[in-house]
Amino acid sequence: MSGGGPPTSFAFQKTHNAMKRLRLLFLSPATAVMALLFFAPLAIVFAYSLLTRGPYGGVMRPWTMESYGRVFDPLYGEILWRSVWVAAVSTLLCLMLGFPLALYIARSAGRKTLLLNAVMLPFWTSFLIRTYAWMFLLRDTGLINTALERLHLIRAPLPLLFNTGAVTLGLVYGYLPFMVLPLYATLEKLDPALLDAAEDLGASPWIALWRVAVPLSKPGMIAGCLLVFIPCLGAYLTPDLMGGGKTVMVGNLIQNQFTTARDWPFGAAASLLLMAIVLIVTRSLGRKGEELI
Amino acid sequence: MKRFLPVYAAAAYLFLYLPLVVLGVFSFNSSKVAMWHGFSWQWYAGVFHNTGLLEAARNSLIVAVTATAVSTVIGTLAGYALWNKRAPVLTNSLCLSLLTPEIVTGVSLLAFFEWIFRFLHMQLGLHTVILAHISFCLAYVVIVILARLRTFDPSLEEAALDLGANEWQTFRRVTVPMLLPGILAAALLCFTVSFDDYVITSLVAGVNSETLPMVIYAMARKGVSPEVNALSVMVTVGLGVFILIAGRLEQAQAAREQRS
Repeated sequence: MSGGGPPTSFAFQKTHNAMKRLRLLFLSPATAVMALLFFAPLAIVFAYSLLTRGPYGGVMRPWTMESYGRVFDPLYGEILWRSVWVAAVSTLLCLMLGFPLALYIARSAGRKTLLLNAVMLPFWTSFLIRTYAWMFLLRDTGLINTALERLHLIRAPLPLLFNTGAVTLGLVYGYLPFMVLPLYATLEKLDPALLDAAEDLGASPWIALWRVAVPLSKPGMIAGCLLVFIPCLGAYLTPDLMGGGKTVMVGNLIQNQFTTARDWPFGAAASLLLMAIVLIVTRSLGRKGEELI
Repeated sequence: MKRFLPVYAAAAYLFLYLPLVVLGVFSFNSSKVAMWHGFSWQWYAGVFHNTGLLEAARNSLIVAVTATAVSTVIGTLAGYALWNKRAPVLTNSLCLSLLTPEIVTGVSLLAFFEWIFRFLHMQLGLHTVILAHISFCLAYVVIVILARLRTFDPSLEEAALDLGANEWQTFRRVTVPMLLPGILAAALLCFTVSFDDYVITSLVAGVNSETLPMVIYAMARKGVSPEVNALSVMVTVGLGVFILIAGRLEQAQAAREQRS
């Protein structure tokens, strides 16, 4: 590596150009898949949202904005509002439940990987099965009600399933790992000396936690809340199975319009509205989509 | 607080695992009622005698294997290309596909397929399920591959090219072997996500293309049947063993790489 000038400049240039051509080629299949199986379907949905419902459930002209107006109809507005509310409550519960757990994992020397994997393990098992596990416990003929009846503590089964509380429980159970992971990532980097310093200066351990650790883990909290709120807002399976058709969320509304109700323009408008909310929330929380990758 | 945290963590882990453990225990219950009566294998036997279930399991495997293979290859190529070449359109669309709620992905693919099939005289079936799964698995692969490439040293490629390899040989003989643990991790993620998907699958599946999650869903809605518990245990254990083996492979590959 002696002599003037950048010694590897020629080789580097050669490498750079050669690999550049290859990369361009490598991009094309993924671009084709995204264009055909992501953007084309979205374009169709956009077009359908501006059409009129046909007599047999299809779509027909004239072009109209009517479907978007109906989304804000009080009947559907209530569903939209409920979705936002249930998703927000579930996210808040995940944050409250996840923070101490992430803190415990971040502070347990030597067993961090094991404890973190133990949180992530249910994520690898089927979401559907995890939802069913709660149905098995909470149903009228489920374990809890059967046990309480046998012990003669209740005469009629308690209405544990098929309500908004059950849906919230299902969402919290399903998405808690998504909250713990980013919280752990920030808390792990937090210098314990900062907490010690706060305690030396007279703060109780709880005050030190509240005034030092909580503010410093804000990036993790925002990431976690985003990772939980977005899937909760568009949830379909949990409200369907654990709400039993009583706690209808926007995901169920969309599914219903495309299947049973066969009002595709309205379902398409609701889909685009849901996507718009997701994008607005993502952007306003200060994380551009690109940072997620 | 030093006493509070361990107690709390124990309770949290109990919350995460107890429902699954209870579900598993009651798959061995000899009675249909949710009270313990005695040990029995009958529900497991029932699963194996249920031809509809076996058919669905076969469909799920076909879909997951095909979708994983295709999206892992395409996603690996794209992830490598995106590594230090900016392609904002593709990057943003992958991000957008990750943010899109499953139900929206599902209905838009349904609308798209139905529209296209008006011209092609085809019907929904296993092929539409596979296409849908490729579409939503792609972003996961790209993320995993890009994460893996963060620790990749480009001078290895330069060395190979200097020594006379052409671009394709360099990619094939240097880059891919180095990326193998990442590729395996991506494939593993794809397989589990695809095998588990209900929402998108149920929308784009045709009459004879029921997958396992669709059957579990239908059974779960109908009512308590310990057969669902048995099936759940088998799926969970099956996936668990698969993840364990794949994880070991990945570790072995990473270790081999460090040695050389």
